[in-house]
Amino acid sequence: MNETQTTATRRTLITIVCEAILESKLLKDLELLGAPGWTISEARGRGSRGVRSSDWDNNGNIRIEVVCSRRVAEKIMGHVQAHYYADFAMICFLSDVEVLRSDKF
Amino acid sequence: MGWDPVVLFFVFGLIAGLLRSELKLPPALYETLSILLLLAIGLHGGVELAEQASMALLWQMAAVLLMGVMLPLIAFPLLRLLRFGRVDSASIAAHYGSVSAGTFAVVVAYMLSEDIFFESYMPLFVAILEIPAIVVGIVLARGLSKNTQWRELSREILLGKSIMLLLGGLLIGVLAGKEAVGPLEPLYTSMFPLVLALFLLEMGLIASRQSGALRKVGLKLVSFALLMPWLGAAVGLTIGALIGLSVGGAAMLATLGASASYIAVPAAMRLALPEANPSLSLAASLGITFPFNILIGIPIYLQAAQWLLPGA
Repeated sequence: MNETQTTATRRTLITIVCEAILESKLLKDLELLGAPGWTISEARGRGSRGVRSSDWDNNGNIRIEVVCSRRVAEKIMGHVQAHYYADFAMICFLSDVEVLRSDKF
Repeated sequence: MGWDPVVLFFVFGLIAGLLRSELKLPPALYETLSILLLLAIGLHGGVELAEQASMALLWQMAAVLLMGVMLPLIAFPLLRLLRFGRVDSASIAAHYGSVSAGTFAVVVAYMLSEDIFFESYMPLFVAILEIPAIVVGIVLARGLSKNTQWRELSREILLGKSIMLLLGGLLIGVLAGKEAVGPLEPLYTSMFPLVLALFLLEMGLIASRQSGALRKVGLKLVSFALLMPWLGAAVGLTIGALIGLSVGGAAMLATLGASASYIAVPAAMRLALPEANPSLSLAASLGITFPFNILIGIPIYLQAAQWLLPGA
C-alpha cells in the first residue's frame, strides 16, 4: 500500500498558445531550458492577431503544456517573452497544479 | 466553349466563402489533396524526365534558377516605390519570386484540356524556382553579414512539404520508369482533375478569407498584386523562349513567373523574417494573384506564348 503515492504535490503548469510554425523551434528551446516533458495540441481561437482558425498549414495554432517546477516555468516564460512575443501571435500563462508522482515533473 | 469545371470549383469556393457559408472541407482532406497533387506532378515529371534527360536540360535548369533570383529583384524596388517598409518589401518579393504549386497544377490541367504539348519535366522547374527567391528575400531584408541561421533555414526550406513531395515524386518516377509506374498512372491522369477540383474548392474558401485583410491593406498592395504577375510572366516567357521551350512549356514558365507562393515561402519568411507582416504577402498572393492567374492569367500567357513562338 505504501508504495503508491496518494498525496498530491504542487507543481506549475505553463501553457503556451502560439503559431504552429514555432513548434520545432519551441521544442528545442524547451529541451534546453530543462522542461521534463510536454503535451502539444492543435488550437483555434481569436485574439489581438485576429481569428486564427487552424484550418491549414500557415494559419494554425498550437497549445503546448508543460508541468514543471516553478523555477523552470519562469525560465521558460522569460525565454519566450524575450524571443517571440514581439513578432509572433503568442500567449503564455502559469497556473498551479497538483500532481501525483512528483518525481516525473 | 463552356467554363472549365475545375476553375468553376475555385469560383464556387470563393463565392461560398465570401457569403460566409458554413461550407468547410476537413483540414485533413486539404492536406491529403495537396499531397496527392504534388506527388502526381512530381511522379509524372519524373517518368518523362527518365525518358528525355539531356545536357541541354542542365542549361535550362541554370536559366530557371537565374529567373528565381531575378523575380524578387524586380518585385523589391517596385514595392519600395509603393512605400512598403524594407522587411515587408523583401518578404513580399520573396513570395512573388517563388512559385505556387497550386497554380502549376491548374496550368497543367489547362494545357492537358487544350491538348497543348509541354515539356513534361516542368515540375523540376517548379522545385528549382521555389528556393532562390527565399534566399534573395532574406538577403534583401538583412544583408549578407547579419546572423541569419542559414542552416536551420535551409533545413526548413529543403525539407518543407512541397519541395519534398515534388522531388520525391520526381525521383520515384525517374527510378521506376514509365512501365513500372503504370499502375499509379490514374494519379496524374483520370484522378488528377478530381483532386484538383476539390483542392481548388478549398483554395477558393481560403482565398475568400483574405478579403478582410485586403480591405485593410488597401490599394497599393492590390495594384502590386495585379501588376507583378504581368512582369513575372514576361520574364518567364522571355526565358522560356531563350532556353528553347515549346509554346506550352514557355506558357507554363510564364505562369510560374506570374505566380506567388503561399505555402513554402510564408513558412520560411515567418521564421527568417518574423517582423514582416505575414498578412500582407498572403493577402496579395492568395487573395489577388492566385485568383487572377487561375481565372484570367493562364489563357493570356498561353496566347502570348503562341504569339511569341509561332513556329515552336
